[in-house]
Amino acid sequence: MDKTSAPLLEAEGLTRHYKVNQGLFRPAATVKALNGVSFQLGAARTLAVVGESGCGKSTLARQLTMIESATAGSLRIEGVDVARVEADTIKAMRSRVQMVFQNPYASLNPRKTIAYTLDEPLTINTQLSAKARAEKIEIMLAKVGLRAEHARRYPHMFSGGQRQRVAIARAMVLEPRILVADEPVSALDVSIQAQILNLFMDLQQEFGTSYVFISHNLSVVEHIADDVMVMYLGSAVECGSKATLFAQPLHPYTRALMSATPAIRPEDRRVKIPILGELPSPLHMPTGCAFHQRCSYANERCAHEVPTLRLYADRQIACHRVEEIPV
Amino acid sequence: MALLTIKNLRVEFGATAHPFPAVDGVDLQVDRGEMLGIVGESGSGKSVAMMALMGLIEFPGLVSADQLQFDGHDLLKASAPQKRRVIGKDIAMVFQDAQSSLNPSYTVGYQIKESLKIHLGLQGDALQRRAIELMELVEIPDPQARLNAYPHQLSGGMNQRVMIAMAISCNPKLLIADEPTTALDVTIQSQIMDLLVRLQRDQQMAMIMITHDLAVIAEVAQRICVMYAGQVVEESLSAALFDAPRHPYTQALLAAIPQHSKGARRLSALAGMVPGQYDRPLGCLMSPRCPYVKEACRIARPALLQGVRCITPLNSEGLPQHG
Repeated sequence: MDKTSAPLLEAEGLTRHYKVNQGLFRPAATVKALNGVSFQLGAARTLAVVGESGCGKSTLARQLTMIESATAGSLRIEGVDVARVEADTIKAMRSRVQMVFQNPYASLNPRKTIAYTLDEPLTINTQLSAKARAEKIEIMLAKVGLRAEHARRYPHMFSGGQRQRVAIARAMVLEPRILVADEPVSALDVSIQAQILNLFMDLQQEFGTSYVFISHNLSVVEHIADDVMVMYLGSAVECGSKATLFAQPLHPYTRALMSATPAIRPEDRRVKIPILGELPSPLHMPTGCAFHQRCSYANERCAHEVPTLRLYADRQIACHRVEEIPV
Repeated sequence: MALLTIKNLRVEFGATAHPFPAVDGVDLQVDRGEMLGIVGESGSGKSVAMMALMGLIEFPGLVSADQLQFDGHDLLKASAPQKRRVIGKDIAMVFQDAQSSLNPSYTVGYQIKESLKIHLGLQGDALQRRAIELMELVEIPDPQARLNAYPHQLSGGMNQRVMIAMAISCNPKLLIADEPTTALDVTIQSQIMDLLVRLQRDQQMAMIMITHDLAVIAEVAQRICVMYAGQVVEESLSAALFDAPRHPYTQALLAAIPQHSKGARRLSALAGMVPGQYDRPLGCLMSPRCPYVKEACRIARPALLQGVRCITPLNSEGLPQHG
């Protein structure tokens, strides 16, 4: 990871477990949604979090935005440990970390005008006058490519791409240091997706915001990320710079994921590495390496011993057998 | 002779005075055993066109066509009972979201057996055997037990396999797959695509694959139709389309994919969006967004000539050829 800039965001062994009731006479079970994830994010950098449904990406987003507290582990934002701060400090910290959600059809209140939606974060978090807030909203709308008159309209009057622009404006209007974007382009068409990705990159250049960009689309990630973290069943399996990871994915899961991504140009297609079966339920986590039942390189050790992240070939990787697997 | 011939298919919604053509004069032809890809963004009419063929458009939607020929049957003149014998048996469809396409109150076994009973008249042991055989064909582990499972007990990928089993149960001659992998994860998507391609080859089915993802279709289709705002704007062999797109929209669609602009900071994005009901231009539907637009484009809609709907189709260098 980038060592020149001090980390803006630092997660260490971040863990979140949920208790679920299974019925009157059965004991409550634990869903291990997030199992000790550690990473750092520098200023004006983009960390992409990649993985399939159920890998804990969205739970991670809820941790980073301080919507939920962690079961274990620590999260530091600008050097401050989130678990140890006073209630009024955390309110100020929340305004420094904003979020853009996946589905712009669900994330905007249909009964409120765009102006109201954008005004709310400012009323709550700043002491600005009504006039100053209105000015700020107008400037922000222009920055995300909307016109001033759009402020008076309601969400249903916009297309999906425009709604996502509104959602981005709402997140950026407080000028946060960190923006957590949870699958922000996966509900959009290809040509609109390109517009929104360009917008993300322009805003980052202008405001120096750091992004945690959660996505399952590897070609989007390859475009936008500086660093990439691949997650599987609540744990990071491989983590490193984009260039390193895309040039030579080493973890069997990362390789399978990349080979499964379809490509237009035949020269971009990788040899398909099949993954056997389906994702196990996080209620019944496999012993040992979470991936061992679906991995074609798994041996006895993988079935019993949980691999930890270690440094190998310029990246962090959690695999017992990475040295032995032919590249 | 082609398996399926569609000429000038129109599907209109809304007031009779100003109907909105969701599908605006689509011509399609599919040969036996061929894999045709239909690509387009939301609102391009790709799903509506196929639903019209399946007879799934209900009032107030209006379907009209000059020709709708399938395997010797004229579907325009066929009575409802005659159509029912073809649709669901010889033409079958797989929908996007398996979880919501399956009936939650019946077991998947019941739902697979339903079309076997109706179309093939199977009963008893033969019915059970065929249902298990179908589950094996779509690679569902432990088929005997899974027949008694309800859709909510299966994962998204498994449900999509059940949908495919239902669709291929009567050995259809044409399978229409409407975004079959969009709701699935990449690794599951790749499993389902492999399954569909294998079934299509083994059973010599013709297949129409509808998708918004050019990369998915690039790996499997022989021929591709690109749709925009209810019209086919380009039709060509798969390799030719990706090498040298001839319609500006196809070019823009390809350029918008991140893989295309590797190394570049910005993606080349097509400004604006697909015209809706109230902002359809008079001339070429692409004219408000087209980077090569000329005065003539705004006056009249171009016809589909030699597989491209543009008055100045792009040459091999990707520039409009004049003259």
